[in-house]
Amino acid sequence: MSQPPTEAAAIADTLATFIQDSLLLGKPTDVRGLASFLEAGIIDSTGVLELVQFIEETWDCKVADDDMVPDNLDSLPRLVAFIQKKRAG
Amino acid sequence: MCGIAGLVDLRGRPAEPALARRMASTLWHRGPDAGGVFADGPCALSHRRLAIIDLSGGAQPMSVDDGALTVTFNGEIFNYLELKAELEREHGRVFATRSDTETLLHAYAVWGDDCVTRFNGQWAFAIWDRRRRRLFCARDRIGVRPFFHTVHDGRFLFGSEVKALFSVPGVPRAFDVLGLHEVLTYWCALAPRTAWQGMSELPPGHTLTVDGGDVVTRRYWQLDYQTRDPLAEQQAASELRALLVSSAQLRLRADVPVGAYVSGGLDSSVIAGVVKHHTQTPLKTFSVGFDDAELDESTWQAEVVRALGTDHASVMASGDLIGASFPEVAWHLETPVVRTAPAPLFVLAGLVRQRGLKVVLTGEGADEMLGGYDIFKEAKVRRFWAKQPHSRLRPLLLRRLYPYMKNLQAQPEAYRRAFFHVRPEDLDSPFFSHLPRWRLTQQLTALLADDVGAQLARHDPLEELRARLPDGYASWHPFAQAQYLESSILLPGYILSSQGDRMAMGRSVEGRYPFLDVRVMEWAGRLPATHKMKVLDEKHVLKRAAHDLVPPSVLARPKQPYRAPDAHSFFDPQTGKARHAWIDELTSERAVAAAGVFRPASATKLIEKARKGAISGVKENMALVVLISTQLVHHRFVADFPTAFPEEST
Repeated sequence: MSQPPTEAAAIADTLATFIQDSLLLGKPTDVRGLASFLEAGIIDSTGVLELVQFIEETWDCKVADDDMVPDNLDSLPRLVAFIQKKRAG
Repeated sequence: MCGIAGLVDLRGRPAEPALARRMASTLWHRGPDAGGVFADGPCALSHRRLAIIDLSGGAQPMSVDDGALTVTFNGEIFNYLELKAELEREHGRVFATRSDTETLLHAYAVWGDDCVTRFNGQWAFAIWDRRRRRLFCARDRIGVRPFFHTVHDGRFLFGSEVKALFSVPGVPRAFDVLGLHEVLTYWCALAPRTAWQGMSELPPGHTLTVDGGDVVTRRYWQLDYQTRDPLAEQQAASELRALLVSSAQLRLRADVPVGAYVSGGLDSSVIAGVVKHHTQTPLKTFSVGFDDAELDESTWQAEVVRALGTDHASVMASGDLIGASFPEVAWHLETPVVRTAPAPLFVLAGLVRQRGLKVVLTGEGADEMLGGYDIFKEAKVRRFWAKQPHSRLRPLLLRRLYPYMKNLQAQPEAYRRAFFHVRPEDLDSPFFSHLPRWRLTQQLTALLADDVGAQLARHDPLEELRARLPDGYASWHPFAQAQYLESSILLPGYILSSQGDRMAMGRSVEGRYPFLDVRVMEWAGRLPATHKMKVLDEKHVLKRAAHDLVPPSVLARPKQPYRAPDAHSFFDPQTGKARHAWIDELTSERAVAAAGVFRPASATKLIEKARKGAISGVKENMALVVLISTQLVHHRFVADFPTAFPEEST
C-alpha cells in the first residue's frame, strides 16, 4: 500500500506542473533534475514574477522583495524549502 | 517598385511564357499598374509594375541593343541620372527612355557583372543576356528588395516572393525545420536558407548567374567595420549631415509624390526634417498609433508634425485591427514570425495608398548603422560589468536598460543581475552581444513537436553562423561586431522584409531608406564606436548632426523601439475570447497536429492561458505569436494554397 504524499512532495508536484506548463511552454521536462532554472535558461524577465505570483496564490503567503533571490527560487528543492519556511513562519 | 519572376530551363527546352505570367500574377500587389512577359529560348521573364519613374516609358520586361539584353527589375537605381550621363558621354550609349530600368541595362552592357558596384539603390533584378544565353541576377547590398529561387524539374525559377515559385505546378510546399530553427533563434531564417524546403533566398550583396546549367552565386559587397583614424565629433556630425541630405535628395527622385513615415522617434524625424529643411518638396507624413499607452507614440508624432508643419495622416492600429489583418499579413510574410509588429505597418501602408501615395521615406537602418538599439547598450554594460564581476556598482547600470519595459523594470534586482550575468565562456564568444536575445528566443523550441525537436538535436544555428563570419571579424571592436550581427541578420531577415518590403508592397507602397544609402553605410562602418554610442548615449553623432532638424524634446527623449501588442491582438483581455473565429480554428489541437510543427498539448495549454488573459512576458508573447503565425502560414501556403490567381490573364 502506497504512502500518502508528504507535504514536501505535494508542493514539489504542484510546482513542477506549474513550471513545466508555464515556464517550459508545456515541454515534458524533468523539472526535478534541473539544478538551476537560471542556468537552464527558463527564467525570462517575467518568469520569476509569475512564479512568485503563483506561490503567493497557491500557498497563501507573501513573498517579500528580499525573498526574491536565486537562493530561494532557483531550483525545485530550494522552492520547496522556501515555501515550507513561509508556511511555518 | 515591382514584382519580378521568371525561369530558365536548364536543359535548354523552350520556356513557357504562360508559366512566367502565372508566377508574376501571384505578385499583383507589388505592381498593380501594369504587367508584362518576355520569352526567348529557354528563358521567360515576367513583371508586375508599380510605376514610379518614367510613367510612360518604363514598361517591363525592357530590352536594349536590339533585344540582346532584357531585364525584369524590382527596385530603384537612385543615381541613375548620373550613371546615364556617364554612359552617354563616355560610352556612347543611346537611351530611348528616362527610366532607371534602361540605365541598369546599359550599365550591364558596359560594365558587365560589376555594374552592381556602380549602383546606389535598392534592387532585385534578372537580365537575360541572349548572346551568352546567360541569366544575370542581383540583389542590393543590404537586402531591401527580395529575390527567391529554386530549381525544380530541370528549371531554375525565381521570384520576388516564394508564392511565385509555389505557383509552378509540382513545386513542393513544406516547411524547412532548420529554417524554422533559425526563426526560433534569430527571428528569421538566414539567407540563403528560408523557412521553406528547397526555396533559397539570394543573400544581400550577392549576384547569381545561370549559365550552361550551372547556378552560381557570388558576393560583391559586405559590411565592413575597419575604423579609420580618430575623427573629431563635430567633423563627423558635419559629414553625416551632408551624406543624409544627399541620400534623402536622391531618394526623392520620382515622377510621383513621395511621403514619409513619422514614428515619433529620432530617425524618421531626422529624415522628415531633412526633406523639410533641405528640399522644396511639400511633405506628406504618416504615422500609426496604438490603443496601448505603453506602446503608443502619438504624442511624439504630433510634436514632430507640428514642428515640421507637414500634411499628416495617422491610423490607430488597435489590437482588434492587428488580429483582423493577420491572415492577410501572413500571406505577405510567407514565414512564421515571433512578433505582431509587421501588422501595424501593413495597416499604415494601407493608409498611404488610400491617400494616393505609393512612395515613402522611412528611418529604417539608423539604429543598425549608427548604434541605436538597446542590445548595443546592453552589451556595453554587460562587458563593463564583466571586467569587474564582483563590483556592486557596475551592475546598477542594468537599470538603465529597457526603461520602457514595465515587466523588466519590475524584475527583482537579483534576477536582473542573474539574467544579464556574463558567463565566463561567453566573454570570448563572437556573439557576446546577442547571446541573451538568441537564448531567450531559442526557448520557444520547447513548443515544437517531439519529432521536429528531434530533427534539430544536431543542428546548432550559432555554429553555422560562426563559420560564415567575415574575415577580420575577430579584430573588430566589440561594438562593431554587435552592429554586424544586427545589420547582417535581423535587418535584412526581418526588419527590411517582414516589417519592410512585405508589408509596404502588400499595399503597393515602396519604402525608401536614406540611412541605407551605400555611402552612409560605408561611412558609418568606418566611424569609431565612440561617436555612435558615447558612454550610454545612443546614436550620439546623429543627434549632433540633426540637432536643428527635429524638436529638442524628440532629440532628448529616451529611445523607444517600435513594438505592437502581441497576445492582446488575438485574445480580448477583457473577455478572454479569441477575437476572430479563425484563431480558434487554426490553434485547435487537431489543426496544430495536422500542421505538424508544434506539440498539440503545449499549444493547447498556451491557448488556454491566452483565454485567461494570463500570457505575460516576452517569451510567452513570442510563443503565442509564433504559434499563430506558423499555423496561418501553413494554412495559407501548405494546406490551402490557391490553384488559380485572378490576375493570371492580365
